[in-house]
Amino acid sequence: MVEDIRILSPCGMLGYGFPIESFMNGIKENPHGIIVDAGSTDAGPHKLGAGVSIVSRRAAKKDLEVIITNGTVNKIPIIIGSAGGAGAKKHVDWTLDIIDQICQEHTISAKVAVIWGDIPNDRVMMANDLGKVTPLSPNIKPLTNETIRETNGIVAQMGHEPILEALENGADLIVCGRAYDPAPFAALGIFHKKDPGLAYHLGKILECGALCAEPGTTKDCIMGTLKDDCFTVKSLNPNRKCTSISVAAHTFYEKEHPYILHGPGFTLNLKNCRYKEYDGVVEVSNSQYIPTKPYLIKLEGARQAAYRTVVIAGIRDPILINHIEGIEKEVRAQVQRYYDEIPIEDYSIRFYNYGINAVLGEKEKERFTGHEIGVLLEVTGNSQETANSICATARSTLLHYGLENRKSTAGNLAFPFAPSDIEFGPVYEFSVYHLMEVDVSPFKIEYRQVNK
Amino acid sequence: MRTLYELAKVLRSKNSGPFELTLDILFDSIENYQLVKDSGKISVKAICDLYNLSKEEVRHLVFYDQALGVKITILRDIPSGSIGDRDVYGAQQHAPLMNIRF
Repeated sequence: MVEDIRILSPCGMLGYGFPIESFMNGIKENPHGIIVDAGSTDAGPHKLGAGVSIVSRRAAKKDLEVIITNGTVNKIPIIIGSAGGAGAKKHVDWTLDIIDQICQEHTISAKVAVIWGDIPNDRVMMANDLGKVTPLSPNIKPLTNETIRETNGIVAQMGHEPILEALENGADLIVCGRAYDPAPFAALGIFHKKDPGLAYHLGKILECGALCAEPGTTKDCIMGTLKDDCFTVKSLNPNRKCTSISVAAHTFYEKEHPYILHGPGFTLNLKNCRYKEYDGVVEVSNSQYIPTKPYLIKLEGARQAAYRTVVIAGIRDPILINHIEGIEKEVRAQVQRYYDEIPIEDYSIRFYNYGINAVLGEKEKERFTGHEIGVLLEVTGNSQETANSICATARSTLLHYGLENRKSTAGNLAFPFAPSDIEFGPVYEFSVYHLMEVDVSPFKIEYRQVNK
Repeated sequence: MRTLYELAKVLRSKNSGPFELTLDILFDSIENYQLVKDSGKISVKAICDLYNLSKEEVRHLVFYDQALGVKITILRDIPSGSIGDRDVYGAQQHAPLMNIRF
């Protein structure tokens, strides 16, 4: 029997913000760790490809300032998972820079552990040559050396092991590169000798902040408590409440299967979990951790696919709306004829008709009703110049397209902005989303003393 | 006759990684959950028809009694954020399920 381990999760994404009252309610309970997830692939491949964050530096600093000042003064270890949005070196450096600034401004000294999630290209190539890299689902192509070379740096999701090592070495603040979202939470539980199945299951719930409560949100705090044979979850904001259904249902969230979860080196089986509820506290038991061999880590990588330019415009004229798809087809053909010197494989033109079927595309079954639509014209090309040129011509062709019998002969589009064309820059795609077998941990840990 | 949109407490879609889309249907009463589960109308075939998929592209369709919910995971035709994707988070792809009637 070891003491109960309390974990404070301030929010579902570092930089999303949280009510200070909820956070302080958590601090009053003397938590054993403050742990926050800072990354996701949800927002697409751009963050990883371009090395940028999903939240502003200002927002990340605002949240970190509350976490670091309260954590260090109370000697509570702080763990940040998937730093900077995608957890690659650029994202981790960005986070460390913010931490340095906060520590200087508040004269805080701390032992910081940095766990890098980057996997060198040659290591992936070597494993791939040995047949140790496989696609995660059938719609992903097997990896080639060419794809690896085109990818802007590959990261892998770490499990709890390197984070546990950093805790054992007395780090006050642990900044993880790309991590399996629940792993930082699980590491603290396992550090305190708690059951890994319960620790990971709790981590899966806590990593989204108060999303498991009702009403759910990623922008509020939640408290998890690990006991020897169960864990509990409760809201730190009196306006939210955890129920056994809200917590059980959260296990569903953004996972492929409702009760079988695959993580680095293990499978979590939650089929026989029991959820009990009393006074706004939900107790969960029977989460099962099953180690798997060989040890597999999930690789993520993005490469540049094209350059993009877009135009947003509204159409209010009923004759135009009724013929929009035919008009767009004709615009595409006219642009191709006009630029007969540019090979058609060098660019593509797409129209998204908001109000008709922009969200579902061919899967839309509803018939259009309404009086106005939004048209998003998207051009992608093999250079920014190509995308800009094609887009400008497509825009002017659509604006003045002379549909037979039209009445609005002065122009077909209502542009909300001037200029109408928005240069978007590079477009990325996920080029690596594969499992790799590893014998030795690829996650390097580095310790640094801030403000010694 | 009531629609799934009326019967469900939560009807949502979301990426499960960039290459898959997962559809969650959750209920707040055992009666509604059981009605939908027993009807057999949430089936691989129904999902294939609504989402223009082959049955191999439906990765999971699982009822989970503890959470009063069913989860369906399908392959994305275009990965999240790749050129041609219409919904980067996959958060509005539940709409085809709404009008299934019980």
